[in-house]
Amino acid sequence: MKVITANFVTCAVKECKTAQTSFPLHFHDAELEQQELDFQPEFIRNILPRVDWEALRVTANELGFPSIPESKPEGEALDNEQTLRDLHRLLLETHVAEGKLVCGNCGHQYMIKEGIANFLLPSHLV
Amino acid sequence: MSRPEDILPPDLFYNDNESRKYTTSSRIRNIQADMTNRALDLLDLKSPSLILDIGCGSGLSGEILSEVTEEEGGPHTWVGMDISPSMLDVALQREVEGDLFLADIGQGVPFRPGAFDAAISISAIQWLCNAETSDVSPEGRLRRFFEGLYASLRRGGRAVCQFYPKNDAQRSMISGAAIKAGFGAGILEDDPGTKNSKLYLVLTVGGGGLHGDITGVVDGMDGVNVLDARRKAMELGNARARSPRKGDKNWIINKKEQMAKKGKVVKQNSKYTGRKRRTAF
Repeated sequence: MKVITANFVTCAVKECKTAQTSFPLHFHDAELEQQELDFQPEFIRNILPRVDWEALRVTANELGFPSIPESKPEGEALDNEQTLRDLHRLLLETHVAEGKLVCGNCGHQYMIKEGIANFLLPSHLV
Repeated sequence: MSRPEDILPPDLFYNDNESRKYTTSSRIRNIQADMTNRALDLLDLKSPSLILDIGCGSGLSGEILSEVTEEEGGPHTWVGMDISPSMLDVALQREVEGDLFLADIGQGVPFRPGAFDAAISISAIQWLCNAETSDVSPEGRLRRFFEGLYASLRRGGRAVCQFYPKNDAQRSMISGAAIKAGFGAGILEDDPGTKNSKLYLVLTVGGGGLHGDITGVVDGMDGVNVLDARRKAMELGNARARSPRKGDKNWIINKKEQMAKKGKVVKQNSKYTGRKRRTAF
């Protein structure tokens, strides 16, 4: 699972839809993997306004990347290719191959195996 | 032809064997590629976007999304959801670029509001019309899916879902559920009346710069049936007067066209077609 996807995914349990603590989901025992992808500055510029920066900082911290700037790069900072390359590397090329995603509200654990997260719920939680 | 939907639930039907067959059959691959390209045309994406692939299976359509050239506004990044572990396993072996989720779309779409630019679904949502256990209903599954999808798309985003309804009831159940969730919905039918007929449900979130019809994409296309609840109320009066009743001129012409398409010999239309005979003296 890419880091960018982790920034968009929420807990699937019904009660967590409205809870503040259910986002972002927290990584536990994550094993990381780096996969080369073509650099796309356009895509990064398109997606960045929708990224929840606070959540990204939390996620990056859990995955062991401490060097994330405090605020989201905006405006002219987006013309800097190095910034975009760093973002590309973190958001798109970093994958979580194995591990767990845990909801901060209900504590439900979503297993990640071979990069595929299991979001099937037992029917009483839907 | 038998429908896989009637045989088993999707996670069981697409077992290792079926998934492999589905992915290696060149006939299915071609059809799937055609439908994906058609859906991409309808989405009309101008820049590299984040796309949700609903029922992504082995990533046949995802591959096409990743391969869109820069001139055409690509390549797109996609996230796929599917309920069949075997299908996702095949996707892993084929090393697709998108992120994969094992999830049941009938349980909702677990993404943050406004996350995606667009959504695409090829031959998947008719599965929602089957409830496999007694504690869920097709209506509930459709409602959760469309509500989740509506929330996860950004304003002005679009979704194109190709589907195979079993009958008209399923077709209206699916489009009705989409409209109820808040989408502007239109149904586009390619090759209507033939064996190759394909239905596309075109959905829009919020109207940004749309004109003409509610979807803004099917403008000027033939064979389009736009479902717009807002317009419907207004047109109800007119529609009643216009709808072809059995036996009137429009109905007869329609029937003759159908028969002609089947290759039957049909009398030519004239000014006398469908006209009442004068009462006998």
